Amino acid sequence: MSKGQLPRWVDFGLLPALNLIAAFIVSGLVVVIIGEDPFEAVKWLVWGALGYGEGIGYTLYYATNFIFTGLAVAVAFHAGLFNIGGEGQAYVGGLGIALACLALDRFIPWWVTFPFAIAGGALFGAAWAFIPAYLQAKRGSHIVITTIMFNFIASALMVYLLSNILIPQGTMSPSTRNFEAGGQLPLLRNVFTSFDFGQSPVNLAFFLALAVCVVVWLLIWHTKLGYEIRSFGKNPDAAAYAGISPVRITIITMLISGGLAGLMGINVVMGEQTRLLLDFAGGAGFVGIAVALMGRGHPIGIILAAMLFGLLYQGGAELAFEIPTISRDMIVVIQALVILFAGALEHMFRPAVVAFFDRFSSDTAEA
Amino acid sequence: MQVIDLIDQKGRATVAESNVPAIELIGVNKSFGPVHANKDINLVVGKGSIHGIIGENGAGKSTLMSILYGFYNADSGTIKIDGKATTIPDSKSAISQGIGMVHQHFMLVDPFTVLENVILGAEGGALLKDGVANARRELQRLADEYDMTIDPDAVVGELPVGLQQRVEILKALYRGADILILDEPTGVLTPSEADHLFRILRVLRDQGKTVLLITHKLREIMDVTDTVSVMRRGEMVASRKTAETSMEELAELMVGRSVLLEVDKPEVKVGKPLLKVEGLNVRDDRGVLRVKDVSFEVRAGEVLGIAGVSGNGQSELLAALSGITRAESGTMELSGEKLDLAGVHDAAEMRHKGMSHVPEDRHRMGLINQFSEYENSILGYHREPKYSKGMFLDKDAIRKEAKERIEKYDIRPPTTEMTAAKFSGGNQQKIVLAREIECDPDVLLIGQPTRGVDIGAIEYIHNRIMDMRAQGKAVLLVSVELDEIRSLSDRIIVMFDGNVVGERGAEATEQDLGLLMAGVNQEAAE
Repeated sequence: MSKGQLPRWVDFGLLPALNLIAAFIVSGLVVVIIGEDPFEAVKWLVWGALGYGEGIGYTLYYATNFIFTGLAVAVAFHAGLFNIGGEGQAYVGGLGIALACLALDRFIPWWVTFPFAIAGGALFGAAWAFIPAYLQAKRGSHIVITTIMFNFIASALMVYLLSNILIPQGTMSPSTRNFEAGGQLPLLRNVFTSFDFGQSPVNLAFFLALAVCVVVWLLIWHTKLGYEIRSFGKNPDAAAYAGISPVRITIITMLISGGLAGLMGINVVMGEQTRLLLDFAGGAGFVGIAVALMGRGHPIGIILAAMLFGLLYQGGAELAFEIPTISRDMIVVIQALVILFAGALEHMFRPAVVAFFDRFSSDTAEA
Repeated sequence: MQVIDLIDQKGRATVAESNVPAIELIGVNKSFGPVHANKDINLVVGKGSIHGIIGENGAGKSTLMSILYGFYNADSGTIKIDGKATTIPDSKSAISQGIGMVHQHFMLVDPFTVLENVILGAEGGALLKDGVANARRELQRLADEYDMTIDPDAVVGELPVGLQQRVEILKALYRGADILILDEPTGVLTPSEADHLFRILRVLRDQGKTVLLITHKLREIMDVTDTVSVMRRGEMVASRKTAETSMEELAELMVGRSVLLEVDKPEVKVGKPLLKVEGLNVRDDRGVLRVKDVSFEVRAGEVLGIAGVSGNGQSELLAALSGITRAESGTMELSGEKLDLAGVHDAAEMRHKGMSHVPEDRHRMGLINQFSEYENSILGYHREPKYSKGMFLDKDAIRKEAKERIEKYDIRPPTTEMTAAKFSGGNQQKIVLAREIECDPDVLLIGQPTRGVDIGAIEYIHNRIMDMRAQGKAVLLVSVELDEIRSLSDRIIVMFDGNVVGERGAEATEQDLGLLMAGVNQEAAE
């Protein structure tokens, strides 16, 4: 093993764990500063997320969102592209899903609508990613800038559509009408009646997310396209040498990425809300960046990281409820700390761990 | 682990002068996991001498130098600088102990001037003004003393590589280096730039500096060093006075067996042209015309060598022919099929038409360092039906074939799963070569086939090229090594400033080619 290389379990297990522990220690200090008991806070946080059926349901519901957006960011990452636009792509994807549901829900059962909704979400999300992808591939406009801008455009566009076009006659709230049964995904509480999911909105989209994880895993590591995506991401010069077109890969990868983000609406629009409403993505597109980073771009890692953030979302809400001095904003601080340590400060512990393992491995070699 | 067995020195480390040596290493060990990169290294380097360290790629030279420069810490052993035992935990400490290093890949900031680069990290205070004035004076002094004139206000990125290297040396001297380590310094230099470098090194030595020269080129060792140590597989196998040894002996010590430095080139019946290039013009990204109206043909069973100082359009020529970049104008006839190089440019398509390409720079182009061996073994051929099942890659088939090639090309270590970055230079080149030869092309483009490759592998690679020739393939060989061009080629064309300035047979003398490479056309002069 050469210098700087770590065993896989360290890279994918120990380092994220260290980052997480650091984030929690700092969060704990913040809790101490505002005069609360951090252990009490952790207790409520974990209990709120995992302690009872409804909590678990909510955790899984949030995790589903983050799996979709995390996969979206990760796929683009494999091609060396930083897709910051998951939020906007998910938002516009929701429009595609809503249109499919609105068109079909009165005529056919949900399981016939489902594939159309998936296609609609993926198509609209992909379309929203296409323009930045095209601009990057053909014009060299940096994709980070354009995807951020497209988040704002998506937001404005949806406000216009929801408050002027999609809004049902005679209502005041900017959202579509509620979908009929043909546009509603079954909730797990109605499917698995033996488990008490309470009133939680976790629905079949969770299984769709897991299935998409398998698809992404196959795509990236087992298909020719995935090979080309990774080649381009790791070494664009070698990819050009191999005859892999950078324009083609940039655009295809971003289409896939946008499509994955677009699927998030299946969970919220078709699963929970059963209507399209303003700002339903709620920042999940941005959390997806942290999830993809923390999950090291691998579907298994992304599932675990998404679960963690789901836990923070749900447990955080519970915590704010149980300990009122820890407000909603405090929860956001804790989440931000996790993102900070797992994402931005990802390499903080790495040198020390590398040094430790270098020493460790050379000792064993001599023995 | 500071217990060192001094008895096992076998007198190896006793060639240096009798005064206190500048560097003394005793029983230095360094392992990376299971790889024992340096085994009980003993080394003595006399003050005011040029000491060469020669060895194949992966012999442990760079690791040893990294230990000296503080990049790595030795697992055990003693380092003495000027007779005093010391530790070198980091490069800052190395610098403060008078050790300077010139890396193979320069550590320069391209948009900065020479002066700014030299003071980088040694600015001396918060305000630049005093530091700059000091540096300017000091630079002038160094330039006078060591005959290294350079314009302090020139922008580094615009200097030729030879001068950039000079900036690196000045940087080290500015920081007060008494011991200068140069890691493969001539890899990027033209022959005349290399000669100039050697002159500088001799001046440095005569002024009392100690120079450590890491290389795998025997000729350089013979030309410039006073003493030489040979490394093989992590061990220091011999130290010699350069005057008392020969290229043959050193080559044998490096490889562990005697090496044939000549290539066996049998008569081959030359067939019809497989590659015909006409009126090729290529511009680079910045719009500079780099290849100017180049035409040539390569016949079946023929090796056409393109000689020239690097940077005279050879790289752009290869890129355009292989379909990586679009040419400004020009046509190519590949096995009878005519292609417009200004229209299509698709590397995959060129491969499909029977042209394979071993690129000049395997790290930048030929391999994806983070990919495992078997993934690299299909780069560019990953869409071939034999590697796929529908839209999926048939990994079993790929691995199976990769294994066969590893055996056939003696790639070490024989594993398909290790990432390309961890193979030594020679073995990396074999991975590329296996990929590009085993696909059975009609035409092989091959750039710098043995750059950064050890002697054993050079011999192997040369023989593979000769095999291609014997099989009636057309080979276009681009190399800056004149010996290589002369021993492998049937015909040689020379490129200078984008033009083909002459064509010679294989019997051309080095002087003749050298003049052409320098842009002097003898025939025109006569």
